[in-house]
Amino acid sequence: MSKFTKKRGKASPTVSTASLPDIVFMLLFFFMVVTVLRDAELKVKVSTPYATELTKLEEKSLVNYLYIGRPVEKFRELYGTKPRLQLGDKFANIVDIPLFLEKHKIKVPESRHGQITSSLRVDGEVTMGIVQDVKTQLRKSGQLKVNYSAKKDPKKSK
Amino acid sequence: MGKTSARDRMSPEINAGSMADIAFLLLIFFLVTTTIVEDKGITVKLPPWSEEEPDITRLKTRNVFSVLVNAQDQLLVRGQVMDVDRLREEAKLFIANPYNQPDMAEKPTKAIISLKNDRGTSYKAYLQVYNELKAAYNELWDEMSLSKYGVPYSDDMPFAYKKTIRDEIPFVLSEAEPTSFGEE
Repeated sequence: MSKFTKKRGKASPTVSTASLPDIVFMLLFFFMVVTVLRDAELKVKVSTPYATELTKLEEKSLVNYLYIGRPVEKFRELYGTKPRLQLGDKFANIVDIPLFLEKHKIKVPESRHGQITSSLRVDGEVTMGIVQDVKTQLRKSGQLKVNYSAKKDPKKSK
Repeated sequence: MGKTSARDRMSPEINAGSMADIAFLLLIFFLVTTTIVEDKGITVKLPPWSEEEPDITRLKTRNVFSVLVNAQDQLLVRGQVMDVDRLREEAKLFIANPYNQPDMAEKPTKAIISLKNDRGTSYKAYLQVYNELKAAYNELWDEMSLSKYGVPYSDDMPFAYKKTIRDEIPFVLSEAEPTSFGEE
């Protein structure tokens, strides 16, 4: 019997935890790099459509975001279900766009004003009426660089 | 004398045992706040605002590729109903006009794509159409770049190459003021 209960079996094997901090730090750095601290809570439902001819928006500080979609569940009672525009973290009207653009502009150095892009994050189900109004207002405000936000089509990849 | 030297030799060590805890705390914070945002899209240059509509009736009809999208998301391309899947091929054929057909663009520099939608068109359909038209140009640029320089067209190309290609096949897409038949 005693043949089988060896001395080796009794000592509980311990995994060295010395490299744990390294592993955790590695994960930490990964998440730090990919993190984008969300500055605006979405009050409208935005599910962007699929497209193939995409360009990436490089510098986040040169981009301002305009959201268009139907209000989410908890705001429906107050704002209805018609598609609305959201600027920053609140509902807005078309006439608020110039001020919004101006507020973003003062945070950007003057030499780079020409590189500012407006990212239109529009829900696929929204009709073009409100999008057209926003586009017209952007043109009137001189903000001509626009990016229609879209997702990469998983079916038709180039 | 002996006392101090003994203390000097003792190298002061910071306990690194809690390092993992600190790292975990930070890790969890970033895990919670992370949103991996896909910031991609179709970049468009809007025309400057002017009060009067651009007049495209002066242009020869053979140079204009008109695309209409109605409130039911149906396409009418040069007077004919078309499926969106065929739009890319048709547009390419129109711009390049490889067989010199008399009803297509004289040359790529003269080709104009005129896009008109309704206020009731869904954004999804609009973007799909825009995507196809852009894809048609991208494919033409690619083909030309491959035959001229042996590399596919990309933004990283030397500026002179890009300019040559863009001069030969310029991206001209004119968007007319939409009709408003189907506004919800």
